[in-house]
Amino acid sequence: MIGIVRPDKVNDVLEALYRAEIRGFSLSRVQGHGGELDRVETYRGTRVQMGLSDKARFEIAVSEDFVEHALDALCEGAQTGEVGDGKIFVVPLERVVRIRTGESDRGAVTPVLK
Amino acid sequence: MIVSAAAGVDSGDTAWMLVSTALVLLMTIGLGIFYAGLVRAKNALNTFMMCVAALAVATITWALVGYSLAFDGDAKIVGGLSHAFLNGVDFAPRDGTTIPHLVFFAFQATFCIVTTALVSGAVVERMRFGPFLVFAALWSVLVYAVMAHWAFGGGWLQAQGTLDFAGGVPVEMGSGFSALAAALVVGSRKDYGRQALLPHNAVYCLLGAGLLWFGWFGFNGGSGFSTGDPSVLAFTNTLLTPACTLLVWFILDLMRGRQVTAIGAATAIIVGCVGITPAGGFISPAGAMVLGALVALPCYAVVMWRPRTRVDETLDVLAAHGVAGLFGIVFIGVFASKSWNGVADGLAYGDAGQLGSQLVAAVAAPAYAFAMTWILLKGIGAVMPLRGPAHDEAVGMDIVHHGEEAYLTGEGAILMRAEAEAEEERPVVANV
Repeated sequence: MIGIVRPDKVNDVLEALYRAEIRGFSLSRVQGHGGELDRVETYRGTRVQMGLSDKARFEIAVSEDFVEHALDALCEGAQTGEVGDGKIFVVPLERVVRIRTGESDRGAVTPVLK
Repeated sequence: MIVSAAAGVDSGDTAWMLVSTALVLLMTIGLGIFYAGLVRAKNALNTFMMCVAALAVATITWALVGYSLAFDGDAKIVGGLSHAFLNGVDFAPRDGTTIPHLVFFAFQATFCIVTTALVSGAVVERMRFGPFLVFAALWSVLVYAVMAHWAFGGGWLQAQGTLDFAGGVPVEMGSGFSALAAALVVGSRKDYGRQALLPHNAVYCLLGAGLLWFGWFGFNGGSGFSTGDPSVLAFTNTLLTPACTLLVWFILDLMRGRQVTAIGAATAIIVGCVGITPAGGFISPAGAMVLGALVALPCYAVVMWRPRTRVDETLDVLAAHGVAGLFGIVFIGVFASKSWNGVADGLAYGDAGQLGSQLVAAVAAPAYAFAMTWILLKGIGAVMPLRGPAHDEAVGMDIVHHGEEAYLTGEGAILMRAEAEAEEERPVVANV
């Protein structure tokens, strides 16, 4: 599952994911263009339309039972109601391997709880 | 053509005061860098711009009325208006000094500027830029100029014997306790207490603190208005005190977390400089070192305690300036030494009365600064909103108020051309 969200909502998303007990994900900073209006910036005599906005991209691998929880958490954490809140793409996963143990698939995406 | 200076003007003193004025002006930029480093990247420009705004606004208000209210006559509460619009401020020496009145004015102007900029530290990351400009203009006159009159211009604090070498009353306590009031009136940032709101560039903090220390040699060293003994003493004490504050801050950091922090060090430099500001020309070099070591303790405590409260006094102006300035003012009452300053002894040298005069200032200055700033911001807030919607805070003040970003990659920037000069309508993608 890939969620593209506003960078200033990252902390809210993290909180929502922890509450949903989703402990494994990665986060990267990306730039993108959605439906939001371009903002105009001025640097001396140069006026520019900023077509790209900073976004944060969550990649979360979950088993089937957790898909809805993860979706809810992303929506709950990232929503402001304004254009530019982002998107969530749910995509099938062919195979997952946990490098440390060699476990695959469901075992690999289940967090280790001590 | 060489035109000789007016009678009574000393060339050496004037030369040093010209340099000092420029040194103090650099402090406002140093403060801007220090403050910008302490906020999040999306607010770095706005934070810096509040200091730049003081360069514009406070200079103008100072020339129009502020200087006159501070330095015209020796009425108790506030000066007169006969120097308004720089009337009568020319080449002749300012009374009681050997430097041209114009230089004296410019030197004092740089103090008003940096003090106005200091207060912004309480409201960064959420206060709107427009209302801040209004606030800066009014604050520089109603709070700074009035308190400068009390302490420097012959007002009631000076008349009842309060010693304040370079601005413990108007600059340090004035900004520190105003900052507390400003933070309370403007309110906390929307994420304060919910999320970690961290400094985005500790190197800026150290660079800014270093520039402040550098400029402070003019700030304290110039406050004798000459190259005489008090200036020399204050200059050297400005080296000694912050060094001691730094070392004690290191030790406090080690005791608390087993690591010496860089932002702590930047803070310590400022705390030390503030501590010696009122006392610079009044205490011995050894006393200055003791002051440096001791002033770290209350300030460190307030820096640690304040974020645990609900008061989002964002950049700890109260701790670094208000508390340190108050400490310095009171310290004079104990350790002032007539053999060094030729003016007065403190409690440790047998004169308890001086401590009384200092304590009066330590009560009156915070009370006035807090109350007046509170009233001023409530007044401005009744006319225009002091802060924007939560959405503005999420996006960041730089984009919302300035239409610029501090750290721009230029990717995705499409050049816009004015209709008239656009020969072709094809947008050009910025090449970075």
